Amino acid sequence: MTPMRTLATAGRVLTQIRHDPRTIGLLLVVPSLLIGLVAWIFTDTDVFADIGPAMIALFPFIVMFLVTSIATLRERRSGTLERLFSMPLGKGDFILGYALAFGLLAIFQTAIAVSWAVWVCGLEIEGSIWLLFAVAVSDALLGTALGLLASAFARTEFQVVQFMPVLVFPQILLGGIFLPRDQLPEALQAIGDALPLSFAIDALTAVADGSEDAAWIWGKVLVIGAWIVGSIVLGSITLRRRTP
Amino acid sequence: MDESPSPHARHRASTESVAVPAVAADASDAVIVIRDLHVRRAKTPVLHGLSLTVRPGRIVGLLGPSGSGKTTLMRSIVGVQVVQSGTVEVLGLPAGSRELRSRVAYVTQQPSVYDDLTVRQNLAYFARVLGVPKARVDEAIARTHLGDVERRLAGSLSGGQRGRVSLAAALLGDAELLVLDEPTVGLDPVLRVELWELFHQLADEGATLIVSSHVMDEAKRCDQLLLMRNGELLADASVASVLAATGTDDMETAFLTLIERATTPMTDEEAPR
Repeated sequence: MTPMRTLATAGRVLTQIRHDPRTIGLLLVVPSLLIGLVAWIFTDTDVFADIGPAMIALFPFIVMFLVTSIATLRERRSGTLERLFSMPLGKGDFILGYALAFGLLAIFQTAIAVSWAVWVCGLEIEGSIWLLFAVAVSDALLGTALGLLASAFARTEFQVVQFMPVLVFPQILLGGIFLPRDQLPEALQAIGDALPLSFAIDALTAVADGSEDAAWIWGKVLVIGAWIVGSIVLGSITLRRRTP
Repeated sequence: MDESPSPHARHRASTESVAVPAVAADASDAVIVIRDLHVRRAKTPVLHGLSLTVRPGRIVGLLGPSGSGKTTLMRSIVGVQVVQSGTVEVLGLPAGSRELRSRVAYVTQQPSVYDDLTVRQNLAYFARVLGVPKARVDEAIARTHLGDVERRLAGSLSGGQRGRVSLAAALLGDAELLVLDEPTVGLDPVLRVELWELFHQLADEGATLIVSSHVMDEAKRCDQLLLMRNGELLADASVASVLAATGTDDMETAFLTLIERATTPMTDEEAPR
């Protein structure tokens, strides 16, 4: 693994996306549109103040998961991955290259979504807006990392799309958006507490209502970071140079 | 080698004496040595006990009907295929060794390029992965006659053009062994001739090429022929030997004759002098 090859791969992925303006548009705008829709639905209630932060956790996470997993799967299907693995490219170069490229996109996407939620949809943030941004970015990166991991287990586009309900929906259901986690049955609460998206939802909610200090929130970000690193490491282990 | 030279070998006899030793070499200078290779894909045996040797500076034609195991053999040589048993040695190292990744270039049957990058962007990326200077990109584009389309997206090119982009990527490094899976499929006759000229240029420069094809006609342009059928070698010999041994001047007929014969692979020694 070399920084030059990692950066070359990240640059290549970004160049590919640059040739596809529609994907860029969708990537940057869709989470904001959905957050706006949720805000609109709850216009006459104060529900958005409660679940708004969770929406910032949710939509960028899902979008990044989908985009990343399909992009890497395409690489496998087109034969370019086989070519790269017959060349002096490390598995780490490949995975980190993708993580860097989509991580950069995730930062832009999150900046737009957070700005939109706060200044257009009127989401009230008691804590630091920068802290909110940091948590949201780590959450979008988590989507990217899990997407990379999921694509390692999928052989076709059909399979990778199925991984979304498998890996993402339980995290939404158990993340405390529908019912606070402490009101869930004990077993489900234990599972919910361990899922990575829950940490992001907790941290964003805490920043929004100012209920916890910065150290507590950085602790959550650290856990998300561990999930990101773990997924990327596991993802690169599952990549095989030799295939049956 | 005591076989009578093929038309092409005679044409470039001056360089051949440098690239290929006049006497049959032992395995030590061989580019590829395969012993008793068994490969199964999706639980079906594809290669059963295949052995062969390839010497440097030659163009080896890997011929046989589709499904005969050509691609599996090529993947085994490149080291991206899980093999059940047997050994594959490339340039003196086990196939797939880290050190071989910049010495062996592989072009898959499907053009493996990024459709959403231009020709030049594709090659520039592969050049950075190989760690070779940017000037190599221009060279590769010139050698594959892609100058007119270098700024176009690979996805907008014709199948033959995309195939050439894929081939150009293999020319970026100084690969000592090029493994090309059906590089001329779907190309018009003029381009096909141009590509074969390029292959001979590369061989003259000292590279060894393995070129698979199911067009028997292309066999005549190779120095060594590997005729495959159902995962077994029907012949491992020169064009002249194959034609002489089968008493024909047509490769298609020669191949059919060999199929009808015994299961032991035909070699140069069997050819009538």
